[in-house]
Order: sequence, then structure tokens, then C-alpha cells
Amino acid sequence: MNPANQTAAPESHRSGPDERGHFGIFGGRFVAETLMPLVLEVERAYRRCRDDADFKREFERYARDYIGRPSPLYFAERLSRELGGAKIYFKRDELNHTGAHKINNTLGQILLARRMGKTRIIAETGAGQHGVATATVCALFNLPCVVYMGETDIERQAPNVFRMKLLGAEVVPVTSGAATLKDAMNEALRDWVAHVDDTFYIIGTAAGPHPYPQMVRDFQTVIGAEARAQLLERENALPDLLVACIGGGSNALGLFHPFLDDPSVRMVGVEAAGHGIDSGRHAASLCGGQPGVLHGNRTYLLQNEDGQIQEAHSISAGLDYPGIGPEHAWLFESGRVEYVAVTDQEALAAFQLCCRTEGIIPALEPAHALAYITQIAPAMGADSLIVMNLCGRGDKDVFTVADALGVAL
Amino acid sequence: MNPDAANRRLARRFERLKRGNRAALVTFITAGDPDLETATAILHGLPEAGADIIELGMPFSDPMADGPAIQLANQRALKAGITLRKTLDMVADFRARDAHTPLILMGYYNPIYRYGNQRFIDHAISAGADGLIIVDLPPEQDDELCHPCLTAGLHWIRLTTPTTDAARLARVLANGSGFVYYVSITGITGTRSAANSAVQTAVARIRERTDLPVAVGFGVKTAEQVAQIAAAADAVVVGSAIIERIAKGLETKAGKEEIVAGVHGFVGELAGGLGSKNTQAR
Repeated sequence: MNPANQTAAPESHRSGPDERGHFGIFGGRFVAETLMPLVLEVERAYRRCRDDADFKREFERYARDYIGRPSPLYFAERLSRELGGAKIYFKRDELNHTGAHKINNTLGQILLARRMGKTRIIAETGAGQHGVATATVCALFNLPCVVYMGETDIERQAPNVFRMKLLGAEVVPVTSGAATLKDAMNEALRDWVAHVDDTFYIIGTAAGPHPYPQMVRDFQTVIGAEARAQLLERENALPDLLVACIGGGSNALGLFHPFLDDPSVRMVGVEAAGHGIDSGRHAASLCGGQPGVLHGNRTYLLQNEDGQIQEAHSISAGLDYPGIGPEHAWLFESGRVEYVAVTDQEALAAFQLCCRTEGIIPALEPAHALAYITQIAPAMGADSLIVMNLCGRGDKDVFTVADALGVAL
Repeated sequence: MNPDAANRRLARRFERLKRGNRAALVTFITAGDPDLETATAILHGLPEAGADIIELGMPFSDPMADGPAIQLANQRALKAGITLRKTLDMVADFRARDAHTPLILMGYYNPIYRYGNQRFIDHAISAGADGLIIVDLPPEQDDELCHPCLTAGLHWIRLTTPTTDAARLARVLANGSGFVYYVSITGITGTRSAANSAVQTAVARIRERTDLPVAVGFGVKTAEQVAQIAAAADAVVVGSAIIERIAKGLETKAGKEEIVAGVHGFVGELAGGLGSKNTQAR
């Protein structure tokens, strides 16, 4: 196939959202009136920056010199041979400064916040990766940073809490609800309502009120744009399959979006099935949830029949969120992207496989993506190409994995 | 069903209060807090205690605009088994005893969306609710629930805030009905209180743009504050301070009757700030 001959599908999957922030019926701006003028202000400011060459240059300069972009596209040869099928490439976003894709987004948002004249930054975090990425750019640009984190997560992610503090951030424990990511997001929204004049809220995934889902996606598409150019250079072909894990879904959108109008490219988002979808203890909003409205957008949510939001469960704290970005909800219903779910156990096995065959300790989040690849790659031809977003490194997870494997550290 | 029924109840209440030259006391409680039986007893006694209008919270697991007091009330109610269906049953039960006190349902969109928007509107009207305040549905999302509500004859009560500038105020007021709820602080419920002068200025600004009655809430905790705000506004909303009476009762292991009496006593104090007590006039 000659990629140059690829034509966009008649109806583009890359044109969303509409001017009201909708991807089909998903997305929107479901926020309290106090926040609404500010959300509109963020949207106007972002639209200006999106078309501004200076903003683009500034983002690219920090992406190169500070984050370390472009990240390599790496042919995982031993793993490919071990699985016996498709050629598997890793997009190495775990090699970014701070060890995950999160900083692509926090860099973009803090540059926007500076242009808006905001002098205080807030963020929510679950596993702590987004909190660390936010605290990092706040240190870089000398802005005070407050990170809301569920008390439960603070206990299980102590190293990241300390990192944030070293970087000068204030970490505020959230005790409401189940004291995890969704509660941290509630608390960040409450802070924002009370500090609308000076505060910018750096949301960590492609969710929230418009323009956040679009803005976070745009900052993350650097992943897919690089991967596309790198694979074309290496293989003179587009990938047959893209695979990425999904919590809120920003790393997956970042990889998928530049390929959405290439009909030959199949895409699979991998959700966390926790103890199994049937157990009710999972974090798979698409595979096991229904449409609803939370945190400013309509999307698929884990909820009961009364519309009360339910807690998500995953061995990976970064996937432990009961919702998903609205663009994924739309891509799911339109059928352009397939969504599957793998369990904690399957992710743990893939985690260990990656360590042994490639000498890379992946985060538990992309270990979910890899678990799916282990199921599908053997059945694919030797000339097929898979690109997986290795969106985070696993240093943060070694205690969790040791615990799950029954090893006392 | 008669689509005008709801409109008339709220308008009549404001007309009567206006004749008496008095502002309305709007009392907020959370449905099913701390349990269905106690909440029902509190609700039934509110008009007698001095409430002119009742705002009943529909519990939600993630009440993003609410402070700690109402967050905890939501959690208590959900833990005790409240559902949206049971909340509507509470409304119907109240309406069977009281044909005149307006009752407004307040909450977040997701439970309604799950229930089904039109089904919810139909059930809310047949239960005898008069209007809705839905925190996370700004004018930008009016096609969701606001338009169907107005068509069906259920009031759509708008929130305006200190961040709602003049240009936006017209848009916010456009599809509002019943009354306008001015959120007097930039923040969550039950935290800071606004300066009285700021409230007066804001209410005057809203009055220039609408003939609807103006209610003021967020951070109103005492009879003195109620009296001060009543001088400028048509209605004063008290929520967290009432909820805190329930929480304190639970903390001190007070009996259910004692908690109910404590809430009613406090509402009586608040109503005292408004002068003559509501006397269930027809």
C-alpha cells in the first residue's frame, strides 16, 4: 500500500468537536454557572493559541529541549519473535521527562495559562503521574501549584506524593466519597469555582467541559503525528493496528487521532477489566458502563440504575476512573475504534513479559495494551505492523506489582 | 395534567408575600437525609416552622457545587437508600398534605438523565413539584432539560453568580422562570458569606433585567443574615446551616424526633428574621 494514496474517508473522524464541544451526542459543557464564563474564556484563549505560530513554536521548543521529544519508535524485536506474528513497535513516551505522556498536555496547558495571565495552577491526580507532570511545569514556570489527590491514592502512591512536594507543589488530600480520582476531580472543580479570577485548572485527561477534551487531545496528538512519520520512514507503510490503554483516554487519542481518517488502520483501545467485567469491580466505562453526565461532559460512565456514579477498580491507579473522554464515547458508538478490556491478571503477565523480553519495565497502564497485543499478534501475519503507545514507565508500580505477586520488599 | 398548575403556585406565594411586604424564606434539605423517615418528618413540618418555599435536594454521588455539609448529607441519604423515585414519592406525599407551599427540586443532571428526561418531568409534575434547579445545566445546554420543562409547565430556575457579567446576564435570564437564584459568592455551598453591600448591588443589577423575584443564597447561616438579605431580595435561601443541625443531631446521638424538632426550631429562628411568620394562608 502506498500511504501517499490514502484518501480521507468521506466523513472525517478528525473534524470534531463542533462549536459547542460535541462529539456526536457526547462532550458539551455541563458546569455550574460560576464556572461557565471562565470555561468560555479558556475556549477563546485556546482557539487563539491553536492558530498562533508563536504558541506552536514555544510548545515545540519545550517539547524538544525539556520533554525530550520526539520519543523513539522502537521495534520490539524479541517480543515480536516471542509472540510469533506481527511486528510490534513501541512508541516510547515512557522516555519523556517525568516518565509518561502526561507532560505533553501539562506543558501545553501551562503555556496557555501563562498567556491568559493566570497566576495559580490546580490539578487533580489519581496515580500521581499527572500531578507530577503538573508540578514539574509549575516549577519550570514558577507558578504555585495545588494538586488534589484522594486519600486512598495518597497512601498507595507515596513516592509520587513526595515527588510533587519536592517540585514545590502542595498536595491536598481529598477525603470525600471513596477518596480516589473522581473525588479529587470534584474537589479541584470546587477549588476552581472559589478561585475563578486567578486560577487555571490543568485537567489531566481528554475529558471535562469543552474545550478540555479537544485541547488535551491536541496537545497529545504529537504522539501519533511522530509515530506516523517514524513508521513511514522506517517501513514505508502505515500501521495495520494501533493499540493503547484507556483510563480517561488521552494517550490513546494522542496516538489514534492522526490516523482516524486512514481506513486501513485498525485501532483498539484497551480498558481495565480489573477483576473482570462481570465482577462489577472494573474501570471499563465503555465495555461496562452507560452514557451519563459527569465532570462537565456527557460520556460513558460507571453508574448504577439510579445514575449514581460507581467507583472504578483497577490494579493500575492511572486507569482507575469511572468515566472516559467524550471523543472515545463517540468513536466507540461510530465503530471507528474498537474497545476491549483486559484484567489485572492479564496486565500483570504482560508487565512481566515486557520486562523479560525487552528490558523495559512498563507502567501497569500500557501493560494493559500489551496484554491485548499478546492475544492478537500471534494470529497476525509477519508483515503486519502494530504500534503500541508505551505511555509510561513502571518505576512507580514496582511496589504494587511486588504486592500482587506476593513478594515482600 | 394542567401545565399551569405549577406556575400559579409559585407566583401566588410571591404575590402574597409581597402584599405582606415580606421576603420569602427558602429552606433547603436533602431528600432522604439522614434517612427517609426523618427527612419526611422534617419536610412535612417546614411550612409550619416558617418556610415559605421548599428546596428539596435530589442526592447525587458527586455534588460538585456543594461544600462539606451538603456533600455529607448526600452521602448519608444515599447510604440510607434514597433514589430519585423515592425523592419524587416524598414530593407526592408532601403535596398530598400541603397544596400551597411551592416545592423546588434541586440537583445534578446525571440521575435525571438516567431516569429519562421526559419521564422525570412527567413524574415531577404529577408529584406536585413546581420547579427545578439543576446546577450543571447552564444556558448553553438548554435543549437538554430546560426547554422540555418550560413546555411541560415546570419552572426552570436559573442560577446567576458574581461571574455572570452584564452581557451574559441577558442570556442566563432568557429561559428562566419562577424566580432567579443569585449565588452570592464565587464558591461552593455553606462556606463563605457575601458582604451585604455586594449582594445589594448584584440584586439591583438583576432587577434591572427581569421582573422575576430574586432569591439570594450560598453562605446564609443566621437569622441576622436572613434579615439583612431580605431587605434587598425577594427570597433568602438557607441550606447548609439547616443541614448542619441534622449533622450535629447525629453527632450527639440525638433521637429522630429531637433532630426534627431541632431543624424546625432553627427554621423558626430564621423566619423570625423576616418578621411575621408564615401562617399557611390560602
